Amino acid sequence: MSAAEEQKAPAAAPPEPSALLQKVIARLGPLAAEHHSFRGDDRIHVARENILAAARALRDSPELGFDLLLDLTCVDYFGQPDGFQSPPETWDRKHNLVSKRAEWRHRVNLPARGDAPRFAVVYHLVSTRLLHRLRVKCRVPEDDPAIASLSGLWPGANWLERETFDLYGIRFEGHPDLRRIYLYEEFVGHPLRKDYAKHDEQPLEPYAGPGAQEPRRPH
Amino acid sequence: MPDQEHKNPAAPTDARSADSTRDPQTPLMRLQMGPSHPATHGTVRMMLDLDGERVVKADIQVGYLHRGFEKECETGYYYQNIPYTDRLNYSSPMLNNVGYCMAVEKLMDLRTPPRCDFIRVIAGEISRMSDHYLCLGAMALELAAMTPFLYLLEARELMYDLLDALCGARVTTNYIRIGGVSADLPEGFERFATERLERSLRLLEDADKLLTQNPVFRERLEGTGHLAPETLIAHGVTGPLLRAGGVPYDVRRVQPYLVYDQLDFDVPVGERSDNFDRYLVRLEELRQSRRMIAQCFEKLPSGPVNCDDPRVRWPRKGKVFGRMEELIDQFKLVTQGGLVEPGEIYHAVEGANGELGFYLVSDGTGKPYKCRCRAPSFSNMSALEKMITGGMLADVVPTFDLINMIGGECDR
Repeated sequence: MSAAEEQKAPAAAPPEPSALLQKVIARLGPLAAEHHSFRGDDRIHVARENILAAARALRDSPELGFDLLLDLTCVDYFGQPDGFQSPPETWDRKHNLVSKRAEWRHRVNLPARGDAPRFAVVYHLVSTRLLHRLRVKCRVPEDDPAIASLSGLWPGANWLERETFDLYGIRFEGHPDLRRIYLYEEFVGHPLRKDYAKHDEQPLEPYAGPGAQEPRRPH
Repeated sequence: MPDQEHKNPAAPTDARSADSTRDPQTPLMRLQMGPSHPATHGTVRMMLDLDGERVVKADIQVGYLHRGFEKECETGYYYQNIPYTDRLNYSSPMLNNVGYCMAVEKLMDLRTPPRCDFIRVIAGEISRMSDHYLCLGAMALELAAMTPFLYLLEARELMYDLLDALCGARVTTNYIRIGGVSADLPEGFERFATERLERSLRLLEDADKLLTQNPVFRERLEGTGHLAPETLIAHGVTGPLLRAGGVPYDVRRVQPYLVYDQLDFDVPVGERSDNFDRYLVRLEELRQSRRMIAQCFEKLPSGPVNCDDPRVRWPRKGKVFGRMEELIDQFKLVTQGGLVEPGEIYHAVEGANGELGFYLVSDGTGKPYKCRCRAPSFSNMSALEKMITGGMLADVVPTFDLINMIGGECDR
């Protein structure tokens, strides 16, 4: 890198969106509130009330053609409501990374709430025809963890939304059959939330499945 | 059209609207298949409503092997989570190792040395072959073909011999490391591997002769479990199932990682999207994997197998015991993990059953803030209900077997 370029680097303008992001922004317009690229992954943010319209536009427009919903999950930004920010010089590759201690290593997990909602529902889309990928993120607040279901657009979202409901407690409105998928119905809480400690124990429940009413056979 | 009802060519057209053909006075029979059933490998419970032998309604319940993979990963350092990934798809553990380590490397912006990339491809393809051998063998067994099962399981044992030579374990390999592999290839591995692979492919040819032209076998596979490719895509199905529907979506080809862009291989696709095509696609993928391994041995460069980055490489033990800096380095790496820049990435590799992706969120510490595994079996299983509804009860078994649901991966 020449000296002139190094001079320019600190005051760099926001980077140019990638070719895919330009197409997405042109198609979605104001629906895509924010966009990022990191390590070649393209990501857009969509407001919660717009997710159905945005998803339909992403699936149906011929120049995007995101026909495969790969993954649907959630991130719990408990205590870090605005995401993780770090000054770029900390992570400059020229520095000795091992000797640098990041300040947030010693943070405590206290809910220092900011303005941004606690949860983010994350969708990963791919186009089997045009072979590009996109991540869509959608913030969901803690007091009303609900978002529109995409199972009408992609039937595969059915199970993924049930899983996210099971592990994070996000309610998907319009889902045909929203029940737990991995855990049992009597499970208290949602285990992948950050405020669910790993060693938490569950209350014992009497068995209520099929055959529970029948008399027990002697062993 | 994702919402359309599928048409099973083997079933009568009015299979779903069974009211016209069945006696309205006779109630449907509720059959519980599983969670532990001799004709299904994998713990899954299928609640089937049967009209005679026809499946009218199906409810698939998974989760019997749920053990909190993601929660566990959030409490361990990046390098400590590699053994957990062995247990995701325990028929092809190397591929999970590769997928996870490559995701972490993408997050850390690491570049692995070329020899390491070739070794990873070799290890991954051996693992893929063992997975396909198990899938085909178990399917043959559950369709009452005992001899091909024995042939194919012996072929899988030969693959396990190779994994054993690579890392000392048959199933729980834990071979791939972040930024490299745990050890270089053992001495004489190429000769050993070539001999084992040839033997396993001869066994495959025998099984192929016994199965593919067998009229009873074809009768059970042809036309069953059919689902249109659009419906498969809408359900998020990937891997051999999707390719059997004629969609050439293979991550190794469409988004080459490691050295797959330097290898010459074909992506087999089917036409009819039924069980027989799924069987043929897996059969052909075994031969393609063999081709890829042979090319990797030809092109294998010399050099180091681990990258030299202070965040991931362990300092030399001789120096750790004698010098202060290396001692501190080792101590920090063990107790705090290598620091990872804040950010989030998704990285996908082609697993044995479809696209295996890892979505990692880092908060800047040595532990992942979130480690999500996009498991191919899970999405593939969500399409099972559509595949079996309207078909016969006996067709559930081959359809389920060719999905090759692996409980550890599906339930995580």
